[in-house]
Amino acid sequence: MQTSTGNKGERVRSDCFVTLELPDHGGREITVASKVKVLYGQSILKLAGDILDHFEIAHARLDIEDSGALPFVLAARIEAAIKVLMKSDREYLQDLILENRYHTACDRHRFSRLYLPGNTPSLMINAGIHKPDGIILDLEDAVAPDRKHEARFVVRNALRQLDFYGAERMVRINQVPAGLDDLDFVVPHNVNLILVPKCESAGQIHEVNKRIDAIRAVHGLDNPVWLMPIIESARGVVKAYEIAAAADNVVALAIGLEDYTADLGTKRTAEGTESFFARSMVVNAARAAGIQPIDSVFSDVGDMEGLRQNVLHSKALGFDGMGCIHPRQIRVIHEYFAPDNDEIDKAKKIVKAFEEATAKGLGVISLGTKMIDPPVVKRALRTIDLAVSMGKLSQNWREEDHE
Amino acid sequence: MNKKYDKPVTNAAGRVVPAVVNGKEQIPYMGVGQYKPTGRKYAPPIATCADYPSDGNKLVPSLKEALVRAGLSDGMTISTHHHFRDGDLIANQVFDIAAELGVKDLVWYPSASFPCHQAMIRHLEGGVINRIEGSMNGPLGRFCSEGKMKGLGVLRSHGGRYQAVQDGEVVIDIAVIAAPTADPFGNANGVDGPAACGLLGFSLADSQYAHKVIVVTDNLIPFPCVPWQVHGNYVDYVVKVDQVGIPEKIVSGTTQITRSPDRLLIAELTAQFCDKAGIIRDGFSFQAGAGGTALSIGIFFADILRERKMKARFMRGGSNKYLVQMLEEGLGEYILDGQTFDLDGVRSMRDNPRHVNTSPFTSYNYHGKGNFASMVDVVILGATEVDVNFNANVVTHSDGYLLHGIGGWQNCLFSKCTILPIPLFRDRIPVVREEVTTLCGPGELIDVIVTERGIAVNPRRQDILDKVKGSGLPLKSIEELKDQAEKICGKPSKPDLDDEIVAVIKWVDGTVIDAVRKVKG
Repeated sequence: MQTSTGNKGERVRSDCFVTLELPDHGGREITVASKVKVLYGQSILKLAGDILDHFEIAHARLDIEDSGALPFVLAARIEAAIKVLMKSDREYLQDLILENRYHTACDRHRFSRLYLPGNTPSLMINAGIHKPDGIILDLEDAVAPDRKHEARFVVRNALRQLDFYGAERMVRINQVPAGLDDLDFVVPHNVNLILVPKCESAGQIHEVNKRIDAIRAVHGLDNPVWLMPIIESARGVVKAYEIAAAADNVVALAIGLEDYTADLGTKRTAEGTESFFARSMVVNAARAAGIQPIDSVFSDVGDMEGLRQNVLHSKALGFDGMGCIHPRQIRVIHEYFAPDNDEIDKAKKIVKAFEEATAKGLGVISLGTKMIDPPVVKRALRTIDLAVSMGKLSQNWREEDHE
Repeated sequence: MNKKYDKPVTNAAGRVVPAVVNGKEQIPYMGVGQYKPTGRKYAPPIATCADYPSDGNKLVPSLKEALVRAGLSDGMTISTHHHFRDGDLIANQVFDIAAELGVKDLVWYPSASFPCHQAMIRHLEGGVINRIEGSMNGPLGRFCSEGKMKGLGVLRSHGGRYQAVQDGEVVIDIAVIAAPTADPFGNANGVDGPAACGLLGFSLADSQYAHKVIVVTDNLIPFPCVPWQVHGNYVDYVVKVDQVGIPEKIVSGTTQITRSPDRLLIAELTAQFCDKAGIIRDGFSFQAGAGGTALSIGIFFADILRERKMKARFMRGGSNKYLVQMLEEGLGEYILDGQTFDLDGVRSMRDNPRHVNTSPFTSYNYHGKGNFASMVDVVILGATEVDVNFNANVVTHSDGYLLHGIGGWQNCLFSKCTILPIPLFRDRIPVVREEVTTLCGPGELIDVIVTERGIAVNPRRQDILDKVKGSGLPLKSIEELKDQAEKICGKPSKPDLDDEIVAVIKWVDGTVIDAVRKVKG
């Protein structure tokens, strides 16, 4: 029996196509056709040999047609092919690079999260340089059903090997229950956050957590794994609060409008009247549960003005961030979700009033004739932090304001 | 019969190069600005106007007849220009005629070659052409790299081509100048006619120094052809043909601004760097190439100039619609242009007195009393490889194959700030590496490398480093960039090259800076 994984063709970049046969005799026969053969032909052969060794495969016919795949992709393609043809509990795991060992805070800001199709390595390699707050390795809608198997290996290896330069490393699994098996490929590899698509009940969140706990127990892990359920149906909207409050590790609640509008039997429009209720529900449910409400993607990657309007509208509704499907969208999303100058000025006044009151030992803070409640101060401090971290306000704004 | 090359020596850059090439003695590279020949420039034979028709009519019936009258014979050097780019219909015909006449061992001396010239392989194989002294791209590069060319290839910059002619190192026997418009006297220009290409600057040396000059046009007009970018006073014969070039391949339309987010990021970082380094100011000058990334950098420059109500004093072409827009919007006062890449460039050069045609003489000439290249504030160039000493390669790929010409690249390195915006790696091929496969530009002239993963400033440029310190730009050392590339791609093996040399790379002064070795089958 013969199987193949990966991609080839004129337009394919940073990927490879692997054909494997596991006969019961004849030894190993490995061929490499590669545009980088002069530079990496030997290293590709060695990697292939190591993987076959790892799975104790003595007899194999392995053909690698390479279009400049990085080692994590080569390894993923070969292992995926092996596991089509034989059962094995082993995994060929490359190093979890030092750069990928960070954890993320539950309340870090999540203005942008960039979707990356889980079976398209060429789009992953440079994703981090565009500085999204998060990257999503997508195993769900961006992967064709017959490629789900091989995509898991690519995503797993990317989590271990690919530097995303500090972005929160997220994975969108398939819909529960099928998506539960995806967790085996991501939880042991320091994924920071799991997106749970088409979520319709707290029970689904509990199932995901049960599986995560089981995996962590087996591997002796204690890294936090945050959840971001995505509401994509009328039923999900109705259950939004229950889902948002389902577990402590649910840190954000997102809405997916393409599926939602289809479920309603309507169409997504630029004005978004049809989704106003759902978006408001998600914002309210998330806020009620004390987590971040996150908006859907804006799908016209060429329309930056449309995106800007969408972001402003989204922010006005109460969302904290949104998804993006192209790196060019990141900057617009950051710029307009970030606090604007009016918000920063107001926050500065509140923080100053708070600091003066504290210095004078006053229990009540007032700005002009208005009393300021503690939550308002907290929000102002957060606005200031955000403005500083995004370069919209100097670290030394207090001193500079006096000049 | 001369050997292709002889007497290998190590030059000042530490590269082993032949001291004899195609039977001629060479000067190995001595360092930037070190080689200063003395004596007199080469001069063509004296012509006498009494030998030419007094009515100014130099028309001959066909290109074949013109070549025969010019005395086409074995071993001659024949030059052509590349203003028609991939739409050139004349160069191939010249050698088809030579083949028909049974002429052998010619040297083709183009100012550049294009994919359409792969038809020359037939003549290289058949012995009509001994070698190409000029750029070797695509299939021609492959042919040369595999050691199949009879003579040794010689690659020169646009400025170096002019220098080689002035030094008499290359003696052009017959120059064939295809022209979009000409008169029977031989005056010619590139701004009018169906094959309009803007200008004919790359044929200047050919017209001035060749023993015989043939102008070929498909748009013959009565004397005078104005402007006369090529002076008829240099021309021996004029030929009228049906078509000199394929317009849509001459001005194929500007490369679009890059849509790749990765390249846009590099372009933006480059523009930011120029801004923080204080390069973008009222009255500055720049040159950016025609590639997608370079075009985007130009757009970023324009945005900054517009916002601050500033303008560039001059912008260096190759021109394209974006540069023309800047000129017309008043964001730049002049375009000093070496070639036009699209119809907007052609139109502007024809109609706008501030869009000026230039030649390798004004822009790049080593034997001029100065040239424009060193006066430009910032130049944006490409490279196939850069090494940890900032040396760069533009002619070979990392597998050793010769795939690009030098063009004006070496000459432009003399600008006040030379920036190479490049990806750190291309499809697993590291661009920043330990050592370049072929040395084309010495590191002392290359100031800044901008990649998507960091910017390296040449430590020799402490002045630039001081300006961008604390700017928030992602500054790294070149070694850090190299390490990062190798960490992502793996450490590359060296290409398996033969000792045999197939071509040499000339520096702008005519010395030999490196040799290209045969790729093992």
